[in-house]
Amino acid sequence: MVEEAMFRVEGLRKSFGTIQVLDGVDLDLRAGSVTVLMGANGAGKSTLVRIVSGVYSRDAGTMTLAGRNYDPTTPAEAMRAGVVTVHQNINDGVVADLDVATNLMLDRLSGKGARWFFNRRRVYSEAREVADRMGLAFDLRANINELTLAERQMVAIARAMSREPQVLILDEPTSSLSSAEADRLFALVNRLKTRGVAILYISHRMSDIRRLSDKIVALRDGHISGVFEGPELDYEGAVNAMLGRRVGRGDLAVSEGGDTVFTTKNLQIAPGAKPFALNLRRGEVVAITGLVGVGKTVLAEILFGARKPISGEMRLNGRPYAPRSTHQAIGAGVFLVAKDRSDSGIVPDFNIYENVSLPFLRRFSPYSVSNRKAERLRARQQISELGIVCRTERDDMSTLSGGNQQKVMVARWMSQKAELLILDEPFQGVDIAARRDIGNKLRVSAGERATLVFLTEIDEAFEIADRILVMSEHTIVGEHRNSNVDVTQLLAEIAGQHKVTNLD
Amino acid sequence: MTETLATTPTARPRAPLNLRNVLIRYGFVTLLLGLIIFFSAMTRGFASPQSAVFVLQSVSITGILALGVTATLVVGGFDLSIGSVATTAMMASSYVMVVMGGDAVTATLACLAIGVVVGLINGVLIVYMRVPDLLATLGMMFLLVGLQRIPTEGRSIATGMSMPDGSVANGTFSPEFLALGRHRFDFFLPSLLPVSVVVLIALAVVIWFFLEHTRFGRMMYAVGSNERAAQLAGAPVNAYKIGAYVISGVFASIGGILLAARLGRGDIASGNNLLLDAVAAALIGFAVLGASKPNAFGTAIGALFVGVLLQGLTMMNAPYYTQDFVKGAVLVVALVFTFALSKRGKR
Repeated sequence: MVEEAMFRVEGLRKSFGTIQVLDGVDLDLRAGSVTVLMGANGAGKSTLVRIVSGVYSRDAGTMTLAGRNYDPTTPAEAMRAGVVTVHQNINDGVVADLDVATNLMLDRLSGKGARWFFNRRRVYSEAREVADRMGLAFDLRANINELTLAERQMVAIARAMSREPQVLILDEPTSSLSSAEADRLFALVNRLKTRGVAILYISHRMSDIRRLSDKIVALRDGHISGVFEGPELDYEGAVNAMLGRRVGRGDLAVSEGGDTVFTTKNLQIAPGAKPFALNLRRGEVVAITGLVGVGKTVLAEILFGARKPISGEMRLNGRPYAPRSTHQAIGAGVFLVAKDRSDSGIVPDFNIYENVSLPFLRRFSPYSVSNRKAERLRARQQISELGIVCRTERDDMSTLSGGNQQKVMVARWMSQKAELLILDEPFQGVDIAARRDIGNKLRVSAGERATLVFLTEIDEAFEIADRILVMSEHTIVGEHRNSNVDVTQLLAEIAGQHKVTNLD
Repeated sequence: MTETLATTPTARPRAPLNLRNVLIRYGFVTLLLGLIIFFSAMTRGFASPQSAVFVLQSVSITGILALGVTATLVVGGFDLSIGSVATTAMMASSYVMVVMGGDAVTATLACLAIGVVVGLINGVLIVYMRVPDLLATLGMMFLLVGLQRIPTEGRSIATGMSMPDGSVANGTFSPEFLALGRHRFDFFLPSLLPVSVVVLIALAVVIWFFLEHTRFGRMMYAVGSNERAAQLAGAPVNAYKIGAYVISGVFASIGGILLAARLGRGDIASGNNLLLDAVAAALIGFAVLGASKPNAFGTAIGALFVGVLLQGLTMMNAPYYTQDFVKGAVLVVALVFTFALSKRGKR
């Protein structure tokens, strides 16, 4: 070891209930170096960050900061010890109605030893000092509301840096920034690096990672699945370690599909993105995979009429299809099992059968008078078909486990005949058994419709898809039939190297 | 034995019957029955049809307003303007008949139109202008309180009043209109049921059926529970929200019509308590049968509860100035039932 680590985590463990979220994590951060932490959803990144920043307590393991034992019990304690975290949601780091100077000094305005009276001139002069040191060039009197997201982000970081931390944790700092804004952030990160701060940078964006990383650590299912160092970083290897390479299960009978159900021509889903074509056939399960933020959910919402494309046309069964509302999409037989069920799917005050029948109430309600008996009958069929574990169809949603709640969401959209069924991250927060049930059901029932599934984890795509499409930068960059997939090629496409490989 | 274990799940799932759940479910209804028995035993005349009708009549107008505001609570909103919509409708009907010499039908239609328009404006402010519901309807309340005073320069409307331009208003309340406030239908006993009570019961049944047994009502509950999920299930969320405020406005204007018919004049000072009483009834309704959510049946029971309590206390010679205190106390207890004891609090 040339250099002793500034911050070290060893054998970190944490479980919530029966779920082991972190299963022995080791991590080294060096002074003046950027360590990138990569991990898919649910890999344990945010839990790790929360333990390090003092939000959660750990079950086992040690943490040392500059050779000394580090054991924060509150976020404030972590900050005082010199470990500062800038969280993903930018507006959590700033107070919108105050000016820049007050925001920069916010931490000194409260807590022990803070002055009782607010001395504007003093706050400004101190804030000026902090801003100069960080190279922030904007007006300290400006209100946070007037700043762009990147500027707010920089204020949040500068505020964090005003405490002279030894370790800075940036949790997906560019997730809502444009690329020009991100450039300014990177300049700031490089500046901090030269000042000897140890930086842990959490991101999915390959472009960020290429720009900044001195070292990449991949986290998967609660343990470190790969550490990449040296002058030439192996980005593909890192993506591979993060997503896990496990080629198809072999028992999958890949279907070619029947007649074409849905097509797009020159569909552009984001400004500046390359238009693409999509072709979905009856009886075929197509998975679209790609990292977080490459436009998967955007595409899902466009197909479902919840969002408008920039340009291009869509056709359903040969007829032009341009839904202006989710209502029209449902009427045309295009259904979406939306991502993040608690936010976008479940009606918490409704029980199981009411949740299942929700989009199709008109069909259940002659003369608009609801027929609960028919709804319950349909829900009971769905419960037995999908193996939903519950006492009756009148159970509250809150009594169900995550996997069963997701099954109810799938049951909702499978309870009527679809032309095109779209599922956006249907396995998020779902246990293995439920995941298998849903996957099997999807494949068994696929014959009557076209099925499109958006998945970040390629494992899941291998498990259920006939065809795998890769999405990057809001367009489709690759296509693979799910038999003898060239995994290296697939990973390269996911990692955004399709252009490079095309040139070769 | 094995057969009973294997039966399909058709039995109604009930939370285990422990004291807490029984209390949550039947506490308020039991309390209401207890009150009725208590007052019947303690006072002479409480347990009579006339007394029962009197209770219903005393809560009829607030009850109608409360049923309307229930619709806005269902979609996760709130309507503070109902009291002023009612008084505006009252003033408008008086103005139409007394000053403009219109007939009962014109006056009634004018009131209903006011309810629809105010509901639409409330809905548009909240949905499209993104004004928070409490603030939008608070603003509307102020606006209407002021607006209803402008045509008469702040005077109450009655036959023979002098107008701002010096003329005298010679119109009268039409007899048909006054009948809405004074006629009583025969029901077992001659001339027992006042029109307002019949209207209350009819509207309660209508809104109950609408909310519980039509797909529109179900969608409104879905909107109130998870707006985004409802939208992604194809519900025109904005239309449902605006619709709820229109329902609320129309119900409030019906309340105003009945108020005008009962008073026989456009009294600038009446209707002060309508808003608070109606909101209290709707919120008490959360606690009825452990619903923990706005519901028409609960609202009706809530209104009835307040009416019974006040009538009983009055017959036991409690002074009138204790009434608001009693209502407030009931509301607080009901809210504790709803939020602290039931599942809502455990979120």
